Amino acid sequence: MRIRVGLGSCGMAAGALEVYEAASQEAANRGLELEVQQTGCIGMCYLEPLLDVLMDDGQVYTYGLVTPEMVQRIFNEHIEGGRPVEEHLVGSTARPADFLAGQVRVALRNCGIIDPESIDSYIEQGGYRALEKALRNMTPEEVIEQITMSGLRGRGGAGFPAGLKWSLTREAEGSPKFIICNADEGDPGAFMDRSILEGDPHAVLEGMALAGYAIGAVRGMVYVRAEYPVAVRRLQMAIEQARNRGWLGQNLLDSGFDFDIDIKQGAGAFVCGEETALIASLEGERGMPSLKPPFPSEAGYSGRPTSVNNVETLANVPWIIEQGGQALASMGSEKSKGTKVFALAGKVKRGGLVEVPMGISLREVIFQVGGGIKDDHNFKAVQMGGPSGGCIPAELLDTPVDYESITSTGAIMGSGGMIVMDETTCMVDIARFFLDFTQKESCGKCVQCRIGTKRMLEILERICTGQGQESDLELLEELAEKVRDGSLCGLGQSAPNPVLTTMRYFREEYEAHIRDRKCPAGQCKELISYRIEAEKCKGCTLCVKKCPVNCIVGEKRKPHVIEQEQCIKCGTCMEVCPTRFSAVTVE
Amino acid sequence: MVEDKSLLVRTGEPGLDLVQLEPILHRYRGQLGSLIPVLQEAQEIYGYLPPVVLRHIARELGLKPARVYGVATFYTQFRLTPVGKYVIQLCQGTACHVNGSERLEIVLEEELRIKPGETTEDQLFTLTNVACLGCCSLAPAMMINGEVYGPLSLEKARNIIRDIYASERQEGGEI
Repeated sequence: MRIRVGLGSCGMAAGALEVYEAASQEAANRGLELEVQQTGCIGMCYLEPLLDVLMDDGQVYTYGLVTPEMVQRIFNEHIEGGRPVEEHLVGSTARPADFLAGQVRVALRNCGIIDPESIDSYIEQGGYRALEKALRNMTPEEVIEQITMSGLRGRGGAGFPAGLKWSLTREAEGSPKFIICNADEGDPGAFMDRSILEGDPHAVLEGMALAGYAIGAVRGMVYVRAEYPVAVRRLQMAIEQARNRGWLGQNLLDSGFDFDIDIKQGAGAFVCGEETALIASLEGERGMPSLKPPFPSEAGYSGRPTSVNNVETLANVPWIIEQGGQALASMGSEKSKGTKVFALAGKVKRGGLVEVPMGISLREVIFQVGGGIKDDHNFKAVQMGGPSGGCIPAELLDTPVDYESITSTGAIMGSGGMIVMDETTCMVDIARFFLDFTQKESCGKCVQCRIGTKRMLEILERICTGQGQESDLELLEELAEKVRDGSLCGLGQSAPNPVLTTMRYFREEYEAHIRDRKCPAGQCKELISYRIEAEKCKGCTLCVKKCPVNCIVGEKRKPHVIEQEQCIKCGTCMEVCPTRFSAVTVE
Repeated sequence: MVEDKSLLVRTGEPGLDLVQLEPILHRYRGQLGSLIPVLQEAQEIYGYLPPVVLRHIARELGLKPARVYGVATFYTQFRLTPVGKYVIQLCQGTACHVNGSERLEIVLEEELRIKPGETTEDQLFTLTNVACLGCCSLAPAMMINGEVYGPLSLEKARNIIRDIYASERQEGGEI
């Protein structure tokens, strides 16, 4: 028997370390020969902390929302008593959680299963077999051929065919060549790459070694966000272990192939996810993109041929080499093969990390895997592709998840952020939110991006504060076109997308802000006011006590009143008003 | 984050020990792309990047001070002003945004009497906005000195701050 506790960043934030310690302590106290293993994130973030009990017959029982106190009961009843604690069970081999049932795991194949800090655990699951196969039996060209055959496209968002990128880099003149793993995951609302690095770092290293072999590189670099300390630490450990076991270093498996990897930490700039900016940053410069061509495959890091691949793309590579390109190509839709990992969050019941075959509909992802909308509200839109993407409305919920179909809605596949919104989300505010982000993150090189996004943001701020004019919508459209056409890199070219999609699908909401000076979703601070309904208020004084600016007056057992002039619209009164009264409304 | 432009003035900070930078500079000197890791490690020593440190790094790496300053101001990780004992990173990711992080910001501003990017007078708290902490299922969330708190209600967030204040006062009293 074995116990497994998910210690990804999200798990630890929810208190998984305490559960892990409690389980280790409990096992020691009872003198049980029981291994308590750590693992990465299985993706069920909404049920963290998670604890698995692995029986000797191969059955796995998963407990969710585990507390240190619950651990004792699991030991008493399940581990020593042999009866699973049904009420806290969220899934088992016999009855997998609904969340996992619709998923197909390629990139996440080991996440939540292996111990990410142990190379043996990775090897036990078949790790490094693909690299061995390639080094012993395949030429670099054959490796590229398999990747091309698989149809694997860049998972960072743009969807460029990975096989083509590699063959261009291989054929380019110049040496040494480099392979860079782009782990500068900066989309707000996306954490796929972090989970892979935290849960299965060796898969990324093996993918890089295979890429290095294929393109003829001797050195790889992982450019990872400094904001991901756990991922950085586990990567460092994994590199050390791989070096000690001869999976990195000189003359791997006597093949004559030398390859090593080091880690470079990013310093916080969204634009560095763009490959030329990333390379500038690696060279110690401000991370500003440069004109392509030349592409990095011709002149990248220190002017040499370089292939920049995303974490998820690389995690797919060992699987493809081991199973054959055809295996991945058999999944997905015509032009989008394989699977895609999404970070499902926002107003969805079951938020977390999901991996689904390409081609399934957004509806299936949100309603079957994600379980629908929180608090049984109504679905309004799903945001895909972060600041470069857009909002897809309810009438397009049957759009299949593949690069071309998502692009046709005006959004983009992006790196995998999928934020679900309900009727309490203001679409004008969302457009403003993303523009605020891109405007701050614009590196400033291109005028249209630097100043155009600023002007667009000002217009959106105006609309959100009730100062909008009829002509603003036209002006926004005009500016959007200029920013898109006049920017060098993807950040500027795609910055107008959140505005254009919300204007296309939710125009009436813009018009309500401009004509009626109203925010139908009740979000835009300047357009709403909190009120207490006198007939519902029982005068409990809770809101009076909690209001941070003391702007609520009223005596005990008498209806309270909000003094509007002083109200800062923080919503505390609405939050603290007992649900049996629900006397505070927003309009 | 709004940086204090007056940092450009060429005043040194007496009492700052530059010797601590030596091993870092020694390790990275002459390597392509070493400026960012040097700045990262320097910030770990001093908690921020004072002008005198930036100038020293420029001199030692043979770079123009303007280039070092340019890099230091480009990336959000680098701070040119000291921070408080507790650094609050309020997540402004999309999931947190749709779950009310802007209202949290109002409440924290009111509680601490500072705006994002500022530090309280007693040097106890710095309030910053961050793009995404990546724990979207805990939205709305904030991180204080590396520890994540979430999902937060307005009330919960306020109490976390008050608890820290209370424990600080207690510690102060014991000394």
